[in-house]
Amino acid sequence: MVYTKRLDGRKIDELRPMEAKAGVIPNADGSAMFKAGKTTAYAAVYGPREMYPRFLQNPKIGVLRCHYGMMPFSGSGERIRPGSSRRAQEIAMVMTKALAPVVDLSAFPNAVVDVYVDLPQTDAGTRCAAISAAAIALADAGIPMKDMISSVAVGQVDGTVVADLCYDEEAYDAIVSDVPVAMTHNSREITLLQMDGEISKDDLIKALKLADSVLDKVYAEQKRALKERFPMDKGEEK
Amino acid sequence: MIVNKETISQLTNEGKRLDGRALTEYRQPINIETNISWTAEGSARVQIGETVVMAGVKLSLEKPYNDTPNEGGIMINAELLPLSSPDYESGPPGIKAIELARVTDRGIREAKAIDMKKLCVTPGEKAWFVIIDVITINDAGNLFDAASLATLAALKAAKLPLVDPETGAINYKKKTDVSLPLLKEPLAVTVYKNNNSLIIDPTAEEEKSFDARLTVASDEKGTISAMQKGGEAPLTIEDVDKMCDLALEKAKFLREELNKALN
Repeated sequence: MVYTKRLDGRKIDELRPMEAKAGVIPNADGSAMFKAGKTTAYAAVYGPREMYPRFLQNPKIGVLRCHYGMMPFSGSGERIRPGSSRRAQEIAMVMTKALAPVVDLSAFPNAVVDVYVDLPQTDAGTRCAAISAAAIALADAGIPMKDMISSVAVGQVDGTVVADLCYDEEAYDAIVSDVPVAMTHNSREITLLQMDGEISKDDLIKALKLADSVLDKVYAEQKRALKERFPMDKGEEK
Repeated sequence: MIVNKETISQLTNEGKRLDGRALTEYRQPINIETNISWTAEGSARVQIGETVVMAGVKLSLEKPYNDTPNEGGIMINAELLPLSSPDYESGPPGIKAIELARVTDRGIREAKAIDMKKLCVTPGEKAWFVIIDVITINDAGNLFDAASLATLAALKAAKLPLVDPETGAINYKKKTDVSLPLLKEPLAVTVYKNNNSLIIDPTAEEEKSFDARLTVASDEKGTISAMQKGGEAPLTIEDVDKMCDLALEKAKFLREELNKALN
């Protein structure tokens, strides 16, 4: 095992410093900022509102629709051309699937709940930060939810299973794998699972167990942000 | 809040505003924060009241244009994100985003705020090109002034990235301490007119209720570098005279806010 000391000095199960804040975009029905290290995601929820184009409406149940975008200056290399890319569309799709299982839109037929996530700076783990931000924003918007979703990337760098890879680890010159995971908090079910790189089955299961344990820390920060937004004592006064 | 046009119009005639401000007063707080994005060569977040925009500078080395072989270039783009308002949709920039980008661009470009010759590395071959993206986070009105303020703050904060002397490749992860060659610092102020009243810094509701607007970009000496009239109503020369006076006075105020934030 060569990779014993992480590039940024973290322990193998240590997450980058996180910061979450709810209610950051006054125009939105719900919103949040979620920061993990040098990756920052802003999420805004609009809806439930009437869905256009109309043919996408579902007369039985409301539809959750996520959108993902990196700001043109948010990549560590050259400027990213604005507008949707294949990558952005795929991430939006997996985000929607990661969040939908906990969102109950049965009371809103023909409606859509739009979730927009945009990132001003990135250092890997963007879809995970996007999902963690989106989940706070959905709760902030008062959308009925059965559980909370928290997300983090785990993976393997040169034989060592680690949590919350930064870009330099993803690009490390050895065998590396990146496994973005999202899980429900109470029922401990996986709603996002992607993997690229190389990993043995044993390491994969080890990585998923690591995700399962460190996601409690992501959840704690999400909860803290929501409690800060809706202090209990004020609610009791009413 | 939905307030009809007549109410806002009537209030303005009486010298009043829904939020209790004077007609020519900016909203509070005005917050200007730089280096909000480590991936940009320069960046800023500007908040005026509930309006929030970000601006990010990206630099690249390109071949100069044939007609200006000794100069670099700039381009300003604006994105009205659907994240920032229920009125915005995904897709290519509409006319509102295009106008915002072009008016902000002209304020900087026409003032010759950046010394284009100093951006040139090798004449005819290589020069720095500056692209500024202005992104709305919450559109609560007066994007022109917020965009201009964020753009100038991001330009002032920008540092050139390191260039490998052998390969000529840019190392975007390492910044030098070399700033962009800024000669002037233009800022835009937009004055709105309704009947005979002039107002500054409208909210989104107020913006929809006004007949005409005039954006005036001016530098620290009060030289005007770009203007844009908007809205349906015509303006008299006298109107333009008063609107420019007000814009120049308010530009001083914004400049003080910017200097306070950056020092």
